[in-house]
Amino acid sequence: MAAPDSTLQPAAPLSAPPAARRFGWLGDRGLAALFISPALGLLLFLSVFPLLWALYLSFTDYSVTRDVPAQWIWFENYVDLLTSDQVHQRAVTTAVYVIGAVGLQTVLGFTIAYLISRRARGRGLMTTLFLTPMMLSPVVVGLFWKFMLDAQFGVVNSFLNTLGLGSVEWLTNQRLALLSVIVVDTWQWTPFIMLIALAGLTAVPRYLYEAAEIDRASEWFRFRRITLPLVWPLLLIAVLFRAIEAFRLFDLVYILTNGGPGVATETLSFHVYKTAFLGFDTGRASAYGILMVIVVIVMAQLYLRYLNRLQGR
Amino acid sequence: MAVRVEDAVPVEATARSAAPPPGRRRSLRSVVEIVLLAVLLVVMLFPVVWMLETSLKEGRDVYAVPAKLLGFDVTFDHYKDVFVQRGGTGASDLAVSFQNSVLVAGLSTIIATVLGVPAAWAYSRFTLKAKRDQLFFILSTRFMPPVVVVIPIFLMYRDLSLIDTKLGLILIYSAFNLPFTIWMMKGFVDEVPSEYEDAAMLDGYSRFEAFHRFTLPLLVPGIAATAVFALIFSWNEFVFAVFLTSSEEARTAPPAIAGLIGGTTIDWGLVAASAMVFAVPVLLFAFLVRKHLVAGVTLGAVRR
Repeated sequence: MAAPDSTLQPAAPLSAPPAARRFGWLGDRGLAALFISPALGLLLFLSVFPLLWALYLSFTDYSVTRDVPAQWIWFENYVDLLTSDQVHQRAVTTAVYVIGAVGLQTVLGFTIAYLISRRARGRGLMTTLFLTPMMLSPVVVGLFWKFMLDAQFGVVNSFLNTLGLGSVEWLTNQRLALLSVIVVDTWQWTPFIMLIALAGLTAVPRYLYEAAEIDRASEWFRFRRITLPLVWPLLLIAVLFRAIEAFRLFDLVYILTNGGPGVATETLSFHVYKTAFLGFDTGRASAYGILMVIVVIVMAQLYLRYLNRLQGR
Repeated sequence: MAVRVEDAVPVEATARSAAPPPGRRRSLRSVVEIVLLAVLLVVMLFPVVWMLETSLKEGRDVYAVPAKLLGFDVTFDHYKDVFVQRGGTGASDLAVSFQNSVLVAGLSTIIATVLGVPAAWAYSRFTLKAKRDQLFFILSTRFMPPVVVVIPIFLMYRDLSLIDTKLGLILIYSAFNLPFTIWMMKGFVDEVPSEYEDAAMLDGYSRFEAFHRFTLPLLVPGIAATAVFALIFSWNEFVFAVFLTSSEEARTAPPAIAGLIGGTTIDWGLVAASAMVFAVPVLLFAFLVRKHLVAGVTLGAVRR
């Protein structure tokens, strides 16, 4: 009796189903739907539906403060906005800001990444330290700098005075205010470009440089022909990403200058806010917002297309 | 794989030592580079150091002209003011807003994770109709300008009486973190071979059990990293918080801290202290997930 048992028993666990196959009724199709639909539902409810509502409002003269039903006015809001000098001015301000800030960040960020990548030791520590500004809230960053750039007791002017240069009204001077916002944004987001450039730089295969060294290629040649072409695609992703973020900028302006002096630092986002929450012109602000969304969608499409290409390789 | 900056260090080190012995020009150049890096590092870190100093200074030293870099009396009064009501013993308004921030950021992260992880798994494993388009659509919702989205959200919340409630903020932050969670988690799920699940299903488990019992435990480190990022994003968020809340009961820390500079006289010592209290947890958390930073800050889009 003992002998057959010992031969049969090891086989038993294999033949018997180890699991009761719970949830077996749930096919792949059902499971996918069950897992994806709650997420999509929340997004539809809080992202898509509000945008559609804004789209509807943009064709009306609705105002939150008036208790009159909204009137359908077709494209009046859009025509007004697109022909308004005020809006053009904000568009120029935003463009200067986006190009200035993202350009500065790219140059500085790539330089820092390149310098770090050439160091043999302490790279991890340096990277971590350099990344600090990026993780801070825009509120904190805005407050830090508002305090430092204060015309009377700010530390920046204090330094300038010690050096014998006069005080500068960083945030209240018509010409300097936008530059100050650009500098602050650059301070916060240079690490972002640096981080991604560094990721690209460390991914360049070592043997390419070794081959170039054997061929006695100059340092400049190596940088131009090996480093740049290999890092560029990733860097472009970072630049586009930053451009989208910079285009939406609101919080930094709100804290640092509140759009002033005058309208010198009013970006498109800030103008939308003023139209909606100070002017209570909801319909017009919605149209304004929809125009911004269109720009963002175009930029995001560009971004995603490059991303697609990068991932495809 | 997320990029690990530290990983590349030994490679670099050996490559350097294998290079021809450095001549005098080389060493001069590397001195210049080190000095340049040091200067840049000082510039990048100075504002943080200055804020820390300001938070520890006494009132008159804060406004001293010329500014006192060193040699000031250290006081923790500003930090006390952040948490305890001035001249009383109750919790200050700021302390309440910090509590709200913890609650809102924590719950919204949990919701985004619970909804996002299964969705990411489904997107990774199944062939769905227009999957790429769906994923790109999900990511593009995250790119919408918050100031624009907040207008209809404000009207919607007014009708649903969610204005000035923590629930309203939790919901909007969940929606705001969901695209990130899905993209980030999809990368982690892609790294787990689907053969594990196939093997489990051959053993008689259902697809759901294969996910639940075999893949999910392997995803835990990725889920933790993703959740930390979502937590940081919600914690730092300002625009929705400032427009959708107004009362002390519902307000989170960012608008509360920003509110400190609204009056005619600004207590910069208190602003600095509350900004430090607000920023330190973020920096600690960011340090924990430093290996996933590239993926995290690009919303999970860039990884290699």
